[in-house]
Amino acid sequence: MSVMKRLSLIFRSKANNALDKMEDPRETLDYSYQRQLELLQKVRRGVADVATSRKRVELQINQLEAQSRKLEDQGRKALGVGREDLAREALTRRSGLQTQIADLRVQHDNLQAEEEKLTTASHRLQAKVDSFRTRKETIKATYTAAEAQTRINEAFSGISEEMGDVGLAIQRAEDKTAAMQARAGAIDELLASGALDDFSGHRGDDIQAELDRMGGGRDVELEIARMKAELGQGPAPQGAIEPGPAYPQQQPQQQPQQQPHQAPSNPTQQYRQQGEGL
Amino acid sequence: MIVRIMGEGQVEIGQDDLDVLNALDGELEAAIEAGEEEAFRERLHALLDKVRHVGKALPDDSLASSELILPPADASMDEVREMLGDEGLIPG
Repeated sequence: MSVMKRLSLIFRSKANNALDKMEDPRETLDYSYQRQLELLQKVRRGVADVATSRKRVELQINQLEAQSRKLEDQGRKALGVGREDLAREALTRRSGLQTQIADLRVQHDNLQAEEEKLTTASHRLQAKVDSFRTRKETIKATYTAAEAQTRINEAFSGISEEMGDVGLAIQRAEDKTAAMQARAGAIDELLASGALDDFSGHRGDDIQAELDRMGGGRDVELEIARMKAELGQGPAPQGAIEPGPAYPQQQPQQQPQQQPHQAPSNPTQQYRQQGEGL
Repeated sequence: MIVRIMGEGQVEIGQDDLDVLNALDGELEAAIEAGEEEAFRERLHALLDKVRHVGKALPDDSLASSELILPPADASMDEVREMLGDEGLIPG
């Protein structure tokens, strides 16, 4: 049997089972209405939960972006005083944060989509519950067993199907949100402890980790070259990652005493081994 | 005939469109049986797009039950398998 037919049979059999448990159809109507109101409450709570998670992720993105800007600033200052090693370290950490921010943005978009879906489902269910209540009172007022049974079955199976659908949507949203909250909690802890620089999520394998490090390293080299150009210490890089915000030209606070690490004249020709933490 | 797309609501479709939907549904079922996630996703979306295209949305306060029910657009193959199982995922 086809997928569409089998699913509708499952819904229908659930509605029939619920109806079979009731002896007096009027009881069925009242009981079903109570269940609907409970589900509506649950849907509203679900929407609120997802909205809370979304706001939390938004807050985290803002915090990480602030950290990222701070690291970029530190990198620029370090270059200004001739400490290229410090600048490289700051930009390496910033590169790790950018990955975190990108991941969080994906989560944020997912949560927003989930929130919109649940809000729509909540409105739909509310309209159906109102409609059911009107029909229920009409049936009860004009109740005669033979005539009412058919109308009760129709109304009940219609609302029961909607409840099943919305109930499943809520379950799925709860599952998705729980997974995201676990990750959000981990980021909160890392933010609080200041250990986020070492947070790199789940990398694939050694090869992938090395590739990521090389990619990040290249970004760092380009950023170093870009900042040097800003500070008048070298030519502008050929490739570029997304430029940071425009900063006024800074005067170095002191002449560089030493240059522990020379940046390659062409950053694309050579990759440095970065320290742990990417 | 009334069709429900889970998570989206109900639409009414004409008898004339049923053959096309049944054919797409058959392909969807074949993908589930073969365990091909990619094919499953493609066919599920093709089926849902077709229903949305030919269907006319029912008002929110209608209380009709559906003759056909389709999984939500973001359902995975395993989720649909579970729905079709004896217990099903559907609460209530």
